[in-house]
Amino acid sequence: MTQTAKPSVQHPGLKPNKLGLTRRDYEGSQSTLCAGCGHDSITAAIIQAFFELDMPPHRVAKLSGIGCSSKTPTYFLSDAHGFNSLHGRMPSIATGANAANGTLSYIGISGDGDSLSIGFGQFSHAIRRNVNMLYMLENNGVYGLTKGQFSASADVGSKAKRGEANQMRPIDPASTALALGASFVARSFSGDKKQLLPLIKAGLTHRGFALVDVISPCVTFNDHEGSTKSYAHTRDHGHKVVETDFVPLLHEIQAEQNRESATAVTMHDGSVVRFKSVAEDYDPTDRDAAYAHLKKLQSCGEVATGLLFIDPTSMDLHEFENTVDESLVGLPFDQLCPGSAVLDDLQSRWR
Amino acid sequence: MQPTDASNPNYYHKVVDCQWGCPAHTPVPEYIRLIGQGRFTESYMLNRESNVFPGILGRTCDRPCEPVCRRVRVEDEPVAICRLKRVASDLRGDVTDLLPTVPEQKNGKRIALIGAGPASLTVANDLMPLGYGCVLFEKMDRPGGLMRTNIPSFRLPGSVLDDEIGMIVDMGVEVHYNHPIDSLKELLDEAEFDAVFIGTGAPRGKELSIPGREEGGSNIHIGIDWLESVHFEHIDSIGEQVLIIGVGNTAMDCCRTAKRIGGKNVRVVARKGRTHFKASPWELDDAEEELVEIVENHSPSRFVLENGQLVGVEFDIVEWAPDENGRLLSTKLDSTVIPCDDVILAIGQDNAFPWIERDIGIEFNEWEMPTVDRTTFQTTREGVFVGGDAAWGPENIIWAVEHGHQAAISIHALCEGDPIEERPSYGMNLVSQKMGLHSWSYGSAYDESGRSKMQHVELVERFKALEVEVELGFDAEQTAVEVARCLNCDVQTDFTSGLCIECDACIDVCPVYCLTMTANAEEEDLRLDLTAPAENTDQDLYVSANLPQTARVMVKDEDLCVHCGLCAERCPTAAWDMQKFELLIPYAGKPTWIETPETALTTS
Ligand SMILES: Cc1cc2nc3c(=O)[nH]c(=O)nc-3n(C[C@H](O)[C@H](O)[C@H](O)COP(=O)(O)OP(=O)(O)OC[C@H]3O[C@@H](n4cnc5c(N)ncnc54)[C@H](O)[C@@H]3O)c2cc1C
Ligand SMILES: Cc1ncc(C[n+]2csc(CCOP(=O)(O)OP(=O)(O)O)c2C)c(N)n1
Ligand code: SF4
Ligand code: SF4
Ligand code: SF4
Ligand SMILES: [Mg+2]
Repeated sequence: MTQTAKPSVQHPGLKPNKLGLTRRDYEGSQSTLCAGCGHDSITAAIIQAFFELDMPPHRVAKLSGIGCSSKTPTYFLSDAHGFNSLHGRMPSIATGANAANGTLSYIGISGDGDSLSIGFGQFSHAIRRNVNMLYMLENNGVYGLTKGQFSASADVGSKAKRGEANQMRPIDPASTALALGASFVARSFSGDKKQLLPLIKAGLTHRGFALVDVISPCVTFNDHEGSTKSYAHTRDHGHKVVETDFVPLLHEIQAEQNRESATAVTMHDGSVVRFKSVAEDYDPTDRDAAYAHLKKLQSCGEVATGLLFIDPTSMDLHEFENTVDESLVGLPFDQLCPGSAVLDDLQSRWR
Repeated sequence: MQPTDASNPNYYHKVVDCQWGCPAHTPVPEYIRLIGQGRFTESYMLNRESNVFPGILGRTCDRPCEPVCRRVRVEDEPVAICRLKRVASDLRGDVTDLLPTVPEQKNGKRIALIGAGPASLTVANDLMPLGYGCVLFEKMDRPGGLMRTNIPSFRLPGSVLDDEIGMIVDMGVEVHYNHPIDSLKELLDEAEFDAVFIGTGAPRGKELSIPGREEGGSNIHIGIDWLESVHFEHIDSIGEQVLIIGVGNTAMDCCRTAKRIGGKNVRVVARKGRTHFKASPWELDDAEEELVEIVENHSPSRFVLENGQLVGVEFDIVEWAPDENGRLLSTKLDSTVIPCDDVILAIGQDNAFPWIERDIGIEFNEWEMPTVDRTTFQTTREGVFVGGDAAWGPENIIWAVEHGHQAAISIHALCEGDPIEERPSYGMNLVSQKMGLHSWSYGSAYDESGRSKMQHVELVERFKALEVEVELGFDAEQTAVEVARCLNCDVQTDFTSGLCIECDACIDVCPVYCLTMTANAEEEDLRLDLTAPAENTDQDLYVSANLPQTARVMVKDEDLCVHCGLCAERCPTAAWDMQKFELLIPYAGKPTWIETPETALTTS
């Protein structure tokens, strides 16, 4: 609950990006979350990613539901479009917005409560439709905003602040997404920006639904001993399955020279995601193997992190529906609404 | 890198750029905050402790603190530190009861002070309250040294001098005016004094030996002597066309004075180009505002006389270029005669000690300067000290004051029988400024205002009399703005590594990207591996002990921190805290109290 606004003073040596904007231009208003909240770190990584990708803020739409996590779109890209929806309903708003205007970049911010309880159905269908968006699930194992009740991602045996242990089995967003056929599944930790940043960039570049599940400790209700989503626990049990490097299209050629042997996946726009395999024979393009690996680590209490799976060739919502390239608002009115004669003609074909 | 030892007062002291840059280490941000709170008297007294002459310095200080002010690195223009000092002085209340008291019972030691400039006066200021008998010998009929006789009254009113010198002299200093010391030997032979302090300044203006100098005589003046004569009203006019040769601060005072006593067409002529001028930029501005013309790259070659009367000066017009060693060499392009009625030479000052015998144990070097120890200010004869301009040539008032403080420490140690080489150390206090969840006891918000401009008396008004003070001082609004511009660099970001949970909150919130958590490395590499590269190597990196969870280190680049306190405000564990640093400066008879680990244990 910081009341002091971040001063406008800038580092005089700040380099602008290709659009002539500095990192500060990608900020939003000052966070009102608890000091030390993992969500704020994720916000900082998002700011950095948009800045480094030279993305114009006004061509971005940020959407969210309800929760501490869902409050965070206010804290980045103040010049972007935004919609703060009902609890758990962000995916359907995002789907609708995307359907009407596929030319914007979509980023949805959600929490484990927002996505895995009230919004679980919505979450699943956004995956199923392969909506072209980056879906950030800021996962702290609790309902932070309503004062720390266990959420559906809380691990069995994880202790609440008062000491009682969770008994119900958790829903793991990453393996759920894999099972539902998601085309991009990653997991990271708010306390590890080095890993998180390239994942956000890759997710923003991916065409289709990109899930980044980020363990994001709730300092107030879930950072104590016995919690499996604390800073200390995540640092002890995080397990980097793959190390990822995101190379935007324009930098590809220089980067080519000094790379280690690595698997590379080319995205639809020509950018490259490069994997440095940490786990032996891990193949991030093999859904079944990824699923198996995830489950194996999960059973021994470890949290697999990295870009776990990617399918850069999947069809997204617009391809399924064969829609126009342009946004609906950009279409001339006579095309958007061709009139009753055209409607009559259409209907007569089905009589 | 080794973890930073922030318990050494020098570390945080250096962060307070202005205080570190001030020869007397005036606690600038603290006095500025006091002004902001309307506590002018307290602010004045705080100033007085370190710089002794806040009213004088608030108008005339060379301000070494301003070019190093953090604000310059953050946005270009420094806080108007010096002029705020004047605000404290102008608006203060009666300080009589707050001045150091002098004990009835003297300690029986007598100290001779030769010359009544700021250096000697500071020694008296520091020693009188300890019970010393200070005896001041001054060749003029009034105290103040060059501050009185050379700095023109339109920059420094006599009443301000009277006031601040009075505070010292009235402690009971035994003063002998019109009493030049002609023989140090005699003074020492009398054996009346336990120590002698020489604060006689650099009294001899440099000569310009070019053809015509002798013949031109009465119309060619030595700058500092001429200013002195104007001060004593021995001179009250000058010709209409005046040339000032030299472009240091003395030249600036000469040209502006000339303008006030009859000079119409006043030119300052410099041998080199503007970037090489010795005068402070603000003094140049003030002179140019008074329509003084500044001529560059003119090297005087001869005084031109007609019928024994000075009518002009011939100059070589030159161009400067560096030779292979980087030394600037001139090439003559042309020559020209600039007509004039009077010339004032302002090309520097020399020391002169004809009154110190060379066989009394005081070693002199090849330039006829006494050998003076840089820390103790003692000559090669025990008990004889030198400070101010007399020690190593012309400097300025604030250095003279600092020399005075240091010499007083030495004199006191000598009289106590302590070794004078062992200097008392600096100490510090650190106090958390936290008032509540989001409030600090200092104004942490960044103020975007630009530097306030000093208002000047109208040109016509200021030329009416020599003593019309040109600068009006800041008004209440300007003061309020200027106070808010200070970045409170003494409110330190103090880090406790054991508390950090490595959540990144501080790193992300810092508006100027000062902070980084990273693997430790050598300084060179570390400087590049930060959130923003630390390119200013004059500024330190703070490096913490290893962090508990990942064994990385917290690194802070001190360069641009605006002391906004956001890192501490966003830190969930109070690993960062904003703590006010108070530098404890040792003075004669007042060592600083330093908490050693042992005393810490017994007191807690
Ligand atoms: C024109 C001019 C303008 C200046 N402007 C500034 C300014 O704006 N800001 C600034 O900080 N500095 C300024 N200075 C420099 C500053 O005035 C000096 O650095 C400072 O006064 C030095 O102090 P001091 O105590 O060493 O000696 P001084 O101030 O030189 O005092 C020495 C005193 O000793 C006396 N004396 C000398 N010999 C004897 C003797 N044998 N017996 C008895 N008495 C003797 C002299 O009469 C004099 O009163 C200026 C200097 C000049 C010349
Ligand atoms: C329809 C509806 N039901 C319940 C709530 C109460 N509620 C607000 S936030 C929240 C849970 C948020 O948890 P999560 O998405 O994990 O966000 P976090 O605060 O942990 O980041 C709930 C249940 C609500 N706002 N709306
Ligand atoms: S309650 Fe938890 S999730 Fe919400 S802002 Fe505070 S730390 Fe973050
Ligand atoms: S006080 Fe903290 S947040 Fe503010 S500039 Fe300094 S390091 Fe950055
Ligand atoms: S905010 Fe505090 S706990 Fe978090 S990284 Fe910074 S110092 Fe450590
Ligand atoms: Mg949650």
